[in-house]
Amino acid sequence: MPLPVRHLLLAALGLAAVAGLLFVTGDLTALRVAAVGYTMLAVAGLQLLVGGSGQVSLGHGAFMMIGAYTMALLVLHQPSLPLAANLGVIVAVSVVAGVAVGAATARLHGPYLAGATLILAVGLPGLAHRYHQLLGGSNGLNIRTAGAPPFLDGLVTTSEWRALVVWTTVVLGLAALATISAGRLGRRMRAVRDDETAAAMAGVPVGATKVAAFVIASAAGGLAGGLQAYVLGTVTPGSFTLVLSLTLLAALVLGGIGSLWGALWASIAIVYLDVWATDLARAADLGRDVENNLPVVFFGVVLILVLRFWPLGVHGALRDLGARLRVAGSGTSS
Amino acid sequence: MREHGSRVLWAPALALVMLAAACSGAGEVGQGADVDLDVAPGVTDDAVVIGTHQPLTGPAAPGYLAVSQGAGAVFDHVNAEGGVNGRRIDYRVEDDGYDPSRTIDVTRQLVIEDEIFAMVGGLGTPTHGGVIDYLNDEGVPDVFPASGALAWNNTEEHPLTYGWQTDYTKEAKIQGEYITENFPGQDVGYLFQNDDVGEDSQAGLDQYLSDEVVAREHYESDIPDLGAQMAELENSGAEVVVCSCIPAFVALGMLEAARIGYEPQWVISSIGGDTATLQALLTEFTEDTDAEGVPADAFLDGAIVTSYMPRVEDEDDEWGRFFVEVYEEYGHGGPPTNTHMFGMTQAVMFAQVLKSAGRDLTRQSLVDALETQEWRGPGHTPFSSSEGDHGGHQGVYVVRYQSGGAIEMVQEARVTDREGGPVEEVDFERLSPEDLPFHD
Repeated sequence: MPLPVRHLLLAALGLAAVAGLLFVTGDLTALRVAAVGYTMLAVAGLQLLVGGSGQVSLGHGAFMMIGAYTMALLVLHQPSLPLAANLGVIVAVSVVAGVAVGAATARLHGPYLAGATLILAVGLPGLAHRYHQLLGGSNGLNIRTAGAPPFLDGLVTTSEWRALVVWTTVVLGLAALATISAGRLGRRMRAVRDDETAAAMAGVPVGATKVAAFVIASAAGGLAGGLQAYVLGTVTPGSFTLVLSLTLLAALVLGGIGSLWGALWASIAIVYLDVWATDLARAADLGRDVENNLPVVFFGVVLILVLRFWPLGVHGALRDLGARLRVAGSGTSS
Repeated sequence: MREHGSRVLWAPALALVMLAAACSGAGEVGQGADVDLDVAPGVTDDAVVIGTHQPLTGPAAPGYLAVSQGAGAVFDHVNAEGGVNGRRIDYRVEDDGYDPSRTIDVTRQLVIEDEIFAMVGGLGTPTHGGVIDYLNDEGVPDVFPASGALAWNNTEEHPLTYGWQTDYTKEAKIQGEYITENFPGQDVGYLFQNDDVGEDSQAGLDQYLSDEVVAREHYESDIPDLGAQMAELENSGAEVVVCSCIPAFVALGMLEAARIGYEPQWVISSIGGDTATLQALLTEFTEDTDAEGVPADAFLDGAIVTSYMPRVEDEDDEWGRFFVEVYEEYGHGGPPTNTHMFGMTQAVMFAQVLKSAGRDLTRQSLVDALETQEWRGPGHTPFSSSEGDHGGHQGVYVVRYQSGGAIEMVQEARVTDREGGPVEEVDFERLSPEDLPFHD
């Protein structure tokens, strides 16, 4: 089976699994499942950039912001445009932003690259204040988007519908990322990551490959931001701070930097560790101060522990476990 | 592959359905169905569950943590007195860290998992702005959001949202009138937060001060520096500075003014006028600077503050004394501030309307009680929650702070509207804590 087809089938299976999950759970889970979806797309883009091409970006949240504001502005000023067209516009805008940033940063390495992308994360939210009339300042923009289509009334709620729309986009995006990663561009990226000089001598266009990786990552980030705006119905500069960019990166490391699967564990960690830590604090009756600050501590401790014992993240740990089970299985059968 | 066939086909089919549905405009929202208010989720024989979203962590927490602490203390007091109509108030506070995307998550959690009867005092304009549609669509009464945005008073779009705080435009009009009457001919500078606070405040101030204003300086709430702004205000020769600011920026502005030797008359809005919070901030900000050891009071002496709530400094105010007593018994940590008063006043007013709604409690009966309530305090001004006007407090009074902690009432409460109407004196009698029915 050709690779793109296999990835699309996997995507369809993934979507079916999400639909099944939504079917047995309620509205609150639908919101969180949608959050896992768009976060996963953003982290997957970052995975391709960091794990695939070896460039570090501390400014990934900025691309989410670009996507989110694009979505909000489109819904506010062009309400008759269908959602699919909005998402298309968002990808185009993010690609343009990615080319602009990537072309500038492709010449930078290591800490310089990190610094340059850091500026993006710190500086971009300021635009919302600078163009107060258009972007709404620190209160941001509120939008209302169409819910479930009328003929599905009673079958799916608006939240479930939104989660399905998000995941449809996300699995298609992931299939595209997986196909790219497994193809020629992906091989070139890994060559550049491992040794730029060797890659150049082998005929890989180093600069163009790095820019391409940046552009793909920013498109995924922008799309994720657009989906977030669609689900939440509100965009504010306060949601796209440096903390978001750093969280995405930290979660990617936690999930496993070497594989797209890492993005899944990363996004689950971002959305659910917080909820679990709060529940845990409440169950143990630890008091308000502990309860409010536990999620951050919990995330940090989990990150440190995972990296101490499984340097390749959660995905690395699961792969190890799988390999051991297979060895044990073949051991008993022989 | 065959046994998976149907499932694998089903997902693309779903995708096709979505693609077809995706052809209608993303921003074209149909008219929502009418919500059913004859329900009473969260209400049992002996308890009623209410919820709120508050910044308990993050950058906004130091300023606003006190709101839910204050409200919690009042609800504890109400429960100790036997509750309201035989029901205990179960007050659930969720932390949103002042991040609108988390507000959405915790609000759903409150509505879906906790099944709250009503949302009470959700804090913040950007945060609450993201959930106001959801609450109204779900038929959850959205009582007294804690912010002065004009948006809360829109009975057409958000019939279940009831504003509470005097909105920024009304407050600014009364400030403007006070300044023209008491500081005639003096040059005025505005210092404001660059969001709806600043926008709405200027709309009110300009009705009275458009000839006197010599400088308009704004700040961004995430950039804690007022050096350029204060220098500009001094250069412009402004003798009166109207600060439509949150406490941290009032304190910063006062310190910066003191540093450059600029001594304007400060006029501070209620959102930034909590003197206890200001003292703490001033003490904190002067640590390790030349001004260390200068008593915080020295900066605040003579400042004019507008407000509508009872104040802790006011020893003649029975509600102020009552709240201090309640907080001493049920609160956590040090003495209450005016930010605690904010949450406590809200809590009393919610308990009062719950009492009016009667034992036979539904969301509809709560809404009816809100629309027909005759408000007699603890706030100092008349209050609107009637059909067609969900504006909350209608005006403000004016006090002058004196070093040593006393305040002097320099103008009794006046009311106005948010358009071009006049500022009027009112005759408003409050009931005492003993006479106001808000618990069994």
